[in-house]
Amino acid sequence: MSDENTTEAAAPQQDGADRDTTAERARGPVSRRAVIGWTGAGIALGAAAAGGAAAAVRTGNDVQPAGSAGNVIAFHGTNQAGITTPVQDRLHFAAFDVKTDDRAELVALLKEWTAAAAAMTAGKPVGAGAVRGLPEAPPDDTGEALGLPSSRLTITVGFGPTLFEKDGKDRFGLKAQRPTALVDLPAFPHDNLDATRSGGDICVQACADDPQVAVHAIRNLARIGFGKVAVRWSQLGFGKTSSTTPDEQTPRNLMGFKDGTHNVAGSDRATQDEHVWAAAKDGAAWMTGGSYLVARRIRMHIETWDRTPLKEQEDIFGRNKGEGAPAGKQREHDTPNLKAMLPTAHVRLAHPDSNSGVTILRRGYSFTDGTDGLGRLDAGLFFLAYQRDVRSGFIPVQKRLAATDALNEYIQHVGSAHFACPPGVRDSADWWGRGLFEGK
Amino acid sequence: MSAARLSVVTAVAVVAALAAVSGCSEKTDAKASDAIQVTATDDSCKVSKTSFPAGHVKFAFENKGSKVNELYVYAPGDKIVTERENIGPGTKADISAELKAGDYEVTCKPGMKGDGLRTKVSVTGAGAPKKNDPRLDTAVAEYRKWAQSEADATIPKVKVFTDAVIKGDIEGAKAAFAPSRTGWESTEPIAESFGDIDPKTDTREDGLEPGQKWTGWHKLEKSLWATKAISAEDKTLAAQLLTDLTGWQKRVGTAEITPTSMANGAKELLDEVATGKITGEEDRYSHTDLSDFKGNVDGAQKAYELLKPVASQNNPELAKELDKQFTAINTLLAKYRTGDTFVSYDTVNAAQRKELSDGVNALAEPLSKLAAAVAK
Repeated sequence: MSDENTTEAAAPQQDGADRDTTAERARGPVSRRAVIGWTGAGIALGAAAAGGAAAAVRTGNDVQPAGSAGNVIAFHGTNQAGITTPVQDRLHFAAFDVKTDDRAELVALLKEWTAAAAAMTAGKPVGAGAVRGLPEAPPDDTGEALGLPSSRLTITVGFGPTLFEKDGKDRFGLKAQRPTALVDLPAFPHDNLDATRSGGDICVQACADDPQVAVHAIRNLARIGFGKVAVRWSQLGFGKTSSTTPDEQTPRNLMGFKDGTHNVAGSDRATQDEHVWAAAKDGAAWMTGGSYLVARRIRMHIETWDRTPLKEQEDIFGRNKGEGAPAGKQREHDTPNLKAMLPTAHVRLAHPDSNSGVTILRRGYSFTDGTDGLGRLDAGLFFLAYQRDVRSGFIPVQKRLAATDALNEYIQHVGSAHFACPPGVRDSADWWGRGLFEGK
Repeated sequence: MSAARLSVVTAVAVVAALAAVSGCSEKTDAKASDAIQVTATDDSCKVSKTSFPAGHVKFAFENKGSKVNELYVYAPGDKIVTERENIGPGTKADISAELKAGDYEVTCKPGMKGDGLRTKVSVTGAGAPKKNDPRLDTAVAEYRKWAQSEADATIPKVKVFTDAVIKGDIEGAKAAFAPSRTGWESTEPIAESFGDIDPKTDTREDGLEPGQKWTGWHKLEKSLWATKAISAEDKTLAAQLLTDLTGWQKRVGTAEITPTSMANGAKELLDEVATGKITGEEDRYSHTDLSDFKGNVDGAQKAYELLKPVASQNNPELAKELDKQFTAINTLLAKYRTGDTFVSYDTVNAAQRKELSDGVNALAEPLSKLAAAVAK
């Protein structure tokens, strides 16, 4: 990822400088939470580890409001942030329906959104802010993030199949631009999809280490969008279940297991280029440097899972519960011996070795949306996976899992969406979807 | 609606009450000879002074014409500061008022109708309000006139409803329920600005304060649709509803209305839709929510149209968007029309409600910027 920010590195700004600390992040992300948890000496060490460039830029930058003092992930770059970025603690994800029929209006909205996203990810409020402006008018910014650091906020956008064509209609003259990889996902066995939790013309993924910062981002974009777009569905995620920093422990999902331990590393550009980022030769030129996102709301049957014996739980996953080590191994990151697992074990079925090397970057979050009216937790995994092409990524893996995964008895896929996430916004003149709407 | 709004309004009402009290008392700092002479005929209205200091002011009115006359003192936007009706031919009347610095219009209304014969007067002193854009004063005056006409047209419809209740005619009362509410719904910010009328006429069961007796439309709605019986008490409540609404009709002229409050009132009407109608809470027994919805939208649109000359100059993009979204929401609502009224809201499914909700958000968001566009 470091090579994508050369422009910013040459002219160091707060944004660019921070994104440039990727290499340091590989040694351990300097999250707000982590800094707070450290001792005084740790903070000093952390500052040193975070890299002189970033520190130097921050020092003496007095024009920044106090609220922007947290870790800032650069908004501008070759790829969108929020994909290989070290996974933040919290998520607010929203899918929008486009309500306007007017292409120019949609473009204007994407430009306005881009400007707002650039401000928010830098820890700044939207527009004239939350407390400035005319007293007779509602403030531009909703204000709940006032005084909060940017909290490594990333805002990532994607375009769904229905933006290109809906009910046989080429809505915005984009039909010819639809990437062949942006397929309508097939129906998988056991799917029980709720249409009101599926699909969408545009998605926005907001990730931050502070939930209020993530919610603030979606709320303000939704507000800017009223009349042009409407929220179709949204999902809060309270705990990350994946890591893109390999030496970090993989977080546990709500079943108590570490899953997806073998993820694409944020520092592994070669693997990303092969499996995550779309390339020019893939077809749609405007998607070069972009990635395809699959979002699945996977409900877990928590109560029945909790009644399952430990041995059975471990057999179902193909790992032990305590360490997360593959069956018969000692450590989480030990190379699994797939043959030591049941043929229906989750890890065995999902592993690249069982899928001709298929690799996807997972970025899912645990969710709990209260209870379901029957006294059961409405909880599970909001699965997010980025890949170069779902036809050689999510689809074959999910086909295999849906057919035989022992875990299926305890989960149900209830929401589904697929989005083409364009490449990064290059600079302040660029905007989300420019390549799509204007061509390269 | 909001506590802040109520408190402002209550303060206005208190000031008006105090002014009325001091008007009745003989404690006066103006001598009789200082009174402003207003001499009316059937086609003239002469005011002896057009500039005088702020404070306690006495008008000595003399009707030299053959028609019954009235005296009104209007503040900008045709807000009634003081009034006296029924001044017979050949009679005199003294009318007192506490006037703050500012511009007013002393008005005679021979025959007690129309806009009257007006004389601009200037009340001098410290603290005179900043003069508004005259287009905005016109907008407020026109809005007040429209609200008055809505109220005037509503009373007979209310009477059809309350008469039916009093007669024990359940079906007749049901048919008259929604039409009796539209004028109220379209002008609701004004009604709510009085503070005391809305709780008596338009409270829902869940909105009752501890110890508050449930009166008004929604109590009768529950009897008609849920209980399916009209009690003796309901008949008393129906009569009371008519009385309370007649009081509302009479007070529209005194409401404190500013261009900003008009604009925010329009936004608040959409808030009402967003929180009460979209969910079906407002008319939970009769399911006539869409009729109220339409009334709210019409009222908001009226306020907007009157403010548009100024708003479109200050923020042409906003005006364009509002035009578009008002058209869109009306088009959407029209789909649910059936004859003179709307389909029962319990037949509107979740996807349709979402579409209506999206339409309301699309309109309400730019509408929230109207106040700033007229306050510039």
